[in-house]
Amino acid sequence: MAQFVVTTRDGTPHRLEIRDDRTVMEAIRDAGIDELLALCGGCCSCATCHVYVDPAHADRLPPMTDDESDLLDSSDHRTAQSRLSCQLPLGAALDGLSVRIAPED
Amino acid sequence: MTRHDAIIVGAGHGGAQAAIALRQNGFAGSILMIGRDRDPPYERPPLSKEYLAREKPFERILIRPEHFWGERQVELKLRATVTAVDAEAHSVTLESGEALGYGTLIWAAGGDPRRLTCPGAKLKGIHYVRDRADADRMMAELDAGAKTVAVIGGGYIGLEAAAVLTKLGCEVTLLEALPRVLARVAGEDLSAFYEAEHRAHGVDLRTNAQVVAIEGKNGNVTQVVLADGETIPADMVVAGIGIIPAVAPLIAAGAKGANGVDVDATCRTSLSDVYAIGDCAAHASAFALGATIRLESVQNANDMATTAAKTICGDPQPYHAVPWFWSNQYDLKLQTVGLHTTHDAAVTRGDPASRSFSVIYLREGRVIALDCVNAMKDYVQGRKLIEAGAKIPPGALADSATPLKEMLA
Repeated sequence: MAQFVVTTRDGTPHRLEIRDDRTVMEAIRDAGIDELLALCGGCCSCATCHVYVDPAHADRLPPMTDDESDLLDSSDHRTAQSRLSCQLPLGAALDGLSVRIAPED
Repeated sequence: MTRHDAIIVGAGHGGAQAAIALRQNGFAGSILMIGRDRDPPYERPPLSKEYLAREKPFERILIRPEHFWGERQVELKLRATVTAVDAEAHSVTLESGEALGYGTLIWAAGGDPRRLTCPGAKLKGIHYVRDRADADRMMAELDAGAKTVAVIGGGYIGLEAAAVLTKLGCEVTLLEALPRVLARVAGEDLSAFYEAEHRAHGVDLRTNAQVVAIEGKNGNVTQVVLADGETIPADMVVAGIGIIPAVAPLIAAGAKGANGVDVDATCRTSLSDVYAIGDCAAHASAFALGATIRLESVQNANDMATTAAKTICGDPQPYHAVPWFWSNQYDLKLQTVGLHTTHDAAVTRGDPASRSFSVIYLREGRVIALDCVNAMKDYVQGRKLIEAGAKIPPGALADSATPLKEMLA
């Protein structure tokens, strides 16, 4: 089973199974990790599911839309690794992906 | 009588976040969340959008998976309605007659859809969009062949439902009683834009359309009758005409409130150890010149829940979050930040014909709100202008070639 790793704000890594029909945000939420507010439910209307993606995996992700980039600009914690996790659909190709939950804004 | 340290009444966005935030802030006592639905907390906005359109199955709109609540020692009591509160005894009574004691009560019951009262309002085929069962009933009728839909009410719910139903191939007539859609929540330019968009997508959109009766055959709706005598054929009616705050038990218990229940800056009601949050909580808003208002939004439910939970955990922080809201219709992404209600001027930035523009609202020269359509940059950057109380000449705001962030001194 393909897996990915999410590191919570306290530095703890959590290994989660990849389900094809879910986004990274949904997988984190469904694992009972409640550090993401994900207020808009995943429709790219807020910036409360902000994560940092390990640069080693960045090229396997869909490119960022203008909307996603503009929303990330609202965070004080944006870096070159920033993504909104609701915009990252999971799939077997992301086996081994590693993301870290960004600090709360 | 069973007693819980905290009872949360309501299992929507507000109730769910209240439970989550209580645990996150170290609340160690027992928590019971009472919900009227049969399902654990789920997101309501998709009920008139992705869920109705079947783009997202129900499991994907759960706020948390069902097992989460048990893991956090949050007990759920679903399919249960609180009918009375005894503030002195610190207890609530359920419809079943069961009484439950509380240490702290968080009232997050939201509201009930305002029902049609005209003749024929009880016919089969008339729908409201508030909970999953409402959406499921609509979807079942669509599966059974409903095709001709009259949407009553041109607020967000009505417009979103009209957009989805049109996309699903229904013939939709939208009936708004006022001279424009979104009259309660947005300025005239935005209303005009959305009216034109819905018409361009095939919706027969009528304003100044007063519904006086609904008629049917064999108990099923067949047409809607307007005040001028015109009849609109319909095998389905969807009414989105607002909500009535679900606060009767609290008011009967002596809580103050005229439109909803009044709360202070930390979400306390006038009853001791009773908090109220979300759609039903009337609060003085700095974004409306201190007027007492209710906000029906996910943002408000969530942020008030956090405020109440922190206060209960000994860290009171006055509620002062900038209101924001979204509405997706067709390929249009509307995002609102701030409250426009007290504006004295409005500036349109960008060309509505390009389907990417913003309406910026000002009061005494200061930016107080924005409605942004397919204009994410304006939404993100405009929020900073609101937070700063920025005074910017309307002519400068209208210049869409200059980013809003460059206007902040």
